[in-house]
Amino acid sequence: MAVDRRAFLRISSLATVGVGGGQWLLAAPGRIAPEALSPRGKSLKAERWGLVIDIRKCLDPDLRNRCVKACHKAHNVPDFRNKDGTPDRKNEIKWIWEEPYDRVFPSQYHEFLAAELSHVSVLTLCNHCGNPPCVRVCPTKATFRCDDGIVAMDSHRCIGCRFCIAACPYGSRSFNWKDPRPRIKEINPDYPTRTKGVVEKCNFCSERLAEGKLPACVEAAGDSGALIFGDLHDKNSKVRQLLNSRYTIRRKPELGTEPAVFYVV
Amino acid sequence: MLAKALVGGRRYYGWIVGLLAAIGVGLLCYLYQFMNGLGITGMSRDIIWGFYIAQFTFLVGVAASAVMVVLPYYLHNYKEFGRITILGEFLAVAAVTMCMLNIFVDMGQPLRALNMILHPSPNSVMFWDMIVLAIYLLLNLVIGWTTLDCERNGVPPPKWVKPLIYLSIPWAVSIHTVTAFLYCGLPGRHYWLTAILAPRFLASAFASGPALLILLCLVVRRFSKFDPGRRAIQNLALIVVYATIINVFFVLLEFFTSYYSGVPSHRHGLQYLFFGYEGHAPLVPWMWFAAILAALAILILLSPSKRQNESLLALACGMVFVSTWIDKGLGLIMGGFAVTPLETVAEYRPTIPEVLISVGVYAIGALVLTLLYKIAISIKEEPQAL
Repeated sequence: MAVDRRAFLRISSLATVGVGGGQWLLAAPGRIAPEALSPRGKSLKAERWGLVIDIRKCLDPDLRNRCVKACHKAHNVPDFRNKDGTPDRKNEIKWIWEEPYDRVFPSQYHEFLAAELSHVSVLTLCNHCGNPPCVRVCPTKATFRCDDGIVAMDSHRCIGCRFCIAACPYGSRSFNWKDPRPRIKEINPDYPTRTKGVVEKCNFCSERLAEGKLPACVEAAGDSGALIFGDLHDKNSKVRQLLNSRYTIRRKPELGTEPAVFYVV
Repeated sequence: MLAKALVGGRRYYGWIVGLLAAIGVGLLCYLYQFMNGLGITGMSRDIIWGFYIAQFTFLVGVAASAVMVVLPYYLHNYKEFGRITILGEFLAVAAVTMCMLNIFVDMGQPLRALNMILHPSPNSVMFWDMIVLAIYLLLNLVIGWTTLDCERNGVPPPKWVKPLIYLSIPWAVSIHTVTAFLYCGLPGRHYWLTAILAPRFLASAFASGPALLILLCLVVRRFSKFDPGRRAIQNLALIVVYATIINVFFVLLEFFTSYYSGVPSHRHGLQYLFFGYEGHAPLVPWMWFAAILAALAILILLSPSKRQNESLLALACGMVFVSTWIDKGLGLIMGGFAVTPLETVAEYRPTIPEVLISVGVYAIGALVLTLLYKIAISIKEEPQAL
């Protein structure tokens, strides 16, 4: 019997309500088996993925631009612009982008900050929190945390209530106010496009990790050492070595979200 | 009983037709939004909730306020409210209907609304809000309808209604508490991240809801032979004034904590709303207007002689209603969103289709309320069999 994906999801959701109710599976929000996400043997695996961004190695605007472009191209992120070419602040979608230092770290900023830091642009993206408020508030488990620490989105399940955007203290999530497809310059057939009315965000390139590739932004940064990606639970990983040797900060640590993105200042 | 809603004069039918027209316009605008996405509203990447969610939050308060007539009548045997409990219950039904519609029109993928039930997520406050609102709607509909039917037939209400009535009292508190939890459990939205949000919601609910109920009572008395009773209205007015005072007190507490502690992020919301933040001050006149209305309404309603003057009473109730509508509507939403997580400032201006959709939702609520009140009043106007 042929079962397509939709039918499978329908049957499995009914089964979850029927059987899962008894097992109290519902009380464990947003947990799914890791093998469901990385079925291929050559995939990169980690206990918890993490990213270190070295701000001083990111000073080159071309480098930052390359990272943003690589990500947005790989994930079919639409480019909403006003007629004069400036970003359309109302409708824009962004997975990784740059912001001034004082916006990324509002509580770290002070008037005597070294001039080179106060004017610097910093890459910012989803922090793939260890304790993600977006996952906590989602009423349909359309956003969930995988066993490798990646906070992922199922755009097919998202009802577009935007509670997750309200919950994210980093402004890392975007909503498709309009149909994104006409605004995608060149569609990458290897990654799905989204529809209007759903939320989207950085997925740490889980689709690339499954194929044994590093995230697009990390790959775009190349040998610059600006973006280092790896397993936070592996003592010998490059991220851990960097975290051991350099002083790093995270965005809004006081909120208890436990970001997996670290910054070398 | 439904047949009673169909019998009415020209004015009644004119009003119904007017409401249907507003609903039709709202429906057309909603179809436009359905085809093109929520981009047709004024909402943006930073201001992700707007007019719809503002009306939702405000109307949950109106719905909860039914408890202010139910509680004195059923728990304290305050007879004067016996005549108007049905008006409070049916107001709650109409208000919850509007709440649900406001949530629905705010959804990006409304056809997937049932995902809330297919994938129940007890970790999400929205899941609980859906449950408490749906049950509250049922409670009020069942209680109101049953007691009214018994009144028509001149028999006492069946025994099973009593436990439902008692349940509806804490349930009213729960709907507004859970709605406050939608907001006050979010890290990084400092205007909402305050334990007093739920009490503040309840205080403003018990001000705005009974204020609307007084206005409705005055309208009912004017257009029908049913008199809700002068003492009932006067005692509702007392509830309105003390709830308004408590609400204002709570807002002042927020000001103290935010400003005296000196923590910038705790101050941003209030600063944006009442004084302007980094040159952005679109809501400042609105918030001060709301503050002045609340102050004037308190002055009018505290004085017994002024309160007993029903024109002044109506004016004061209108002021309380508008004041809380501003404070708990767009004020609440913008206080939380205007200063973004990156500490930039974002602006929001509802679009015309967005407002027309909201008007359509209000018209549906008004239609539900009109039909239910028509039935209730027709029965109250009949000579009592008992």
